[in-house]
Amino acid sequence: MKKTIITVVGKDTVGIIAQVCTYLADNGINILDISQTIVQGYFNMMMVVDTAGAPKEAALISDEMAQLGEKIGVVINCQKEEIFDMMHRI
Amino acid sequence: MINFMEVAETNKMIEEENLDVRTITMGISLLNCIDSDLEKLNAKIYQRITEAARDLVKTGEDISKEYGIPIVNKRISVTPIALIGSAACKTSEDFVTIAHTLDRAAKDVGVNLIGGYSALVSKGTKKADELLIRSIPKALAETERVCSSVNVGSTKTGINMDAVRLIGEIILETAEMTKDRDSVGCMKFVVFCNAPDDNPFMAGAFHGVTEADEIINVGVSGPGVVKTALSKVRGEDFEVLCETIKKTAFKVTRVGQLVAKEASKRLGVPFGIVDLSLAPTPAIGDSVADILCEIGLEYAGAPGTTAALALLNDQVKKGGVMASSYVGGLSGAFIPVSEDQGMIDAVEAGALTLEKLEAMTCVCSVGLDMIAIPGDTKATSISGIIADEMAIGMINQKTTAVRLIPAIGKKVGDTVQFGGLFGYAPVMPVNPFSCEAFIGRKGRIPAPIHSFKN
Repeated sequence: MKKTIITVVGKDTVGIIAQVCTYLADNGINILDISQTIVQGYFNMMMVVDTAGAPKEAALISDEMAQLGEKIGVVINCQKEEIFDMMHRI
Repeated sequence: MINFMEVAETNKMIEEENLDVRTITMGISLLNCIDSDLEKLNAKIYQRITEAARDLVKTGEDISKEYGIPIVNKRISVTPIALIGSAACKTSEDFVTIAHTLDRAAKDVGVNLIGGYSALVSKGTKKADELLIRSIPKALAETERVCSSVNVGSTKTGINMDAVRLIGEIILETAEMTKDRDSVGCMKFVVFCNAPDDNPFMAGAFHGVTEADEIINVGVSGPGVVKTALSKVRGEDFEVLCETIKKTAFKVTRVGQLVAKEASKRLGVPFGIVDLSLAPTPAIGDSVADILCEIGLEYAGAPGTTAALALLNDQVKKGGVMASSYVGGLSGAFIPVSEDQGMIDAVEAGALTLEKLEAMTCVCSVGLDMIAIPGDTKATSISGIIADEMAIGMINQKTTAVRLIPAIGKKVGDTVQFGGLFGYAPVMPVNPFSCEAFIGRKGRIPAPIHSFKN
C-alpha cells in the first residue's frame, strides 16, 4: 500500500468529485477514504488513496492532479501521507 | 488515520506560513582527488562532484512534489579546499582555478551554491591556508556560486589572532573587488569559531574531514509557523509561551527529518543530520525578529531582546531534538540582518545596534550575520569585531561567526541591495575608536581554562 492524501479546495461546482474520481480510476488509484463538506460555498474534500497499483510516478501524478485542479477551478494537492504522519504522530 | 484538521494544519503552514525545507546539502569528500598536478586535481574535482551530485537536484524536486513541501535550495559542500589544493597549489592564483572548477561543477549539476572554499586555521596557518585565504577576494569576485569560510578559533585551541588580522584585510579587499555589485563578494564569506563539520547552510557550509565520503544534511526553517502559533497565545504565561514554541519546532523539524531520510534513501547516500534552525528570509511573514516582537518586544533590539532570543533558541532545540534522529549543524535561531525584514525595520527605527546584535549572538545560533557596515571602516576594526565574536564562541563553547559587508562608497543612512533571498541591508554604524595596537599583536590567544577537561 502506498497511501497518498488528496485535498481538493475551491468554489463548489457540479462534477468536481466525478472528475477527480475519473482521473483516479483511469490511473489505477484506489480510493480508501473520502470525506467532503461544503463551507460557505467552498468545496473541501480529503481523500486517502492507494497508489500502489498506479503505473505513473508519484511526482507525475502530483503534477497532473494539479493541472486537473486548474482546469476544474479548484486547488488539488497530492501528498504522500508520511508528511502528515511525521508531523502529527510520534 | 490522519484527519482533515491535521492535513489542513500542515498545508496551512506550507501555503500561508512559509514552512519549507530551506536546503538539502550534499556533503562530498574531495580527499580522494588530491594530486600534486593542478590540472589533474581540477579535473578530478569536477568529475567527483558532478558524479556524486548528479541526481541531487532532480531528487529534491521529486520529493518536493510528492510531499507538497517546497525544498528551496539544493546545495553542495566539499572538503576545505586548503587541504585539497595544498600539494598542487604554489600560488594564490592556483587556488582561484579550483574556485572556478567548483563554480563550473555547481552550475552543471544545477545547485545554486557550493561551499567549502575554506581553511581551518584555529591553531596555526599553513602555507597553503594562507595562499587560499589571500585568494578569497579574487575567487569570490570571479565566481558566482562558490562560498568560502575560515575557522580561526576554537574552544580547544584558542584564537589565531594572526589569521583574524589577515581576514579583516581580506574582507575589505573582497568588498573592494566587488564594489560595483554592492560588495556582494562579502556575502559569500564567513569567518568562524568552533565551525561544525556538517553545517548545511551557506555561506559557511563545508564537508569536514571527520565525515564519510558523502552525506545528506538538511536545513529546515519555519519562523512564520512559530510566529503564527505564538499569535494565538498572546498574554499567556512563560510556560505556555515556551511550550508553544517547543511543539511548533517539533512539527517543523519532523518535515526536515522526513525529507532527509527520503533524500538519503533515493540517492543512496547516508543521512547525516537535520539542522533545526529558524532561518528567516526577506519574504513577509518569514522573520525571526517578528517572533521576538510576538514574544512581547516593540522592536528587536529593545531591552529584553537577549532574554527573548535565549528562550526562543532553547525551545527550538528542545522541540527539534525529539523530532529528529540526528541533529547537528548550527541548530537554533538565526539573526541575519539583511535576510529578515523585521531586523531591517528594527535597524531603521534605531532600535537595533551592532552592540546589541553582539549580545544576541551569545544566546543563539550563528553570529553577526549579513550586516552592512560603512565602507571606510578600518581593517583593524573589522578584525576587532571578529575577535570579539570569536571570543564569545571560544569561551561559551559554541559556534559563532561573522559575515560583514563593508559597503564601499556608502555610509550610515545608505542601503546595500543583495537581491533574492539575501535581501537588502541598511548600513550600520561601527564604534569609531581604534583597536590597532591590539590587533597588531602577533600570535594566538590561548585556549580557555575550561577546555582542559581530561
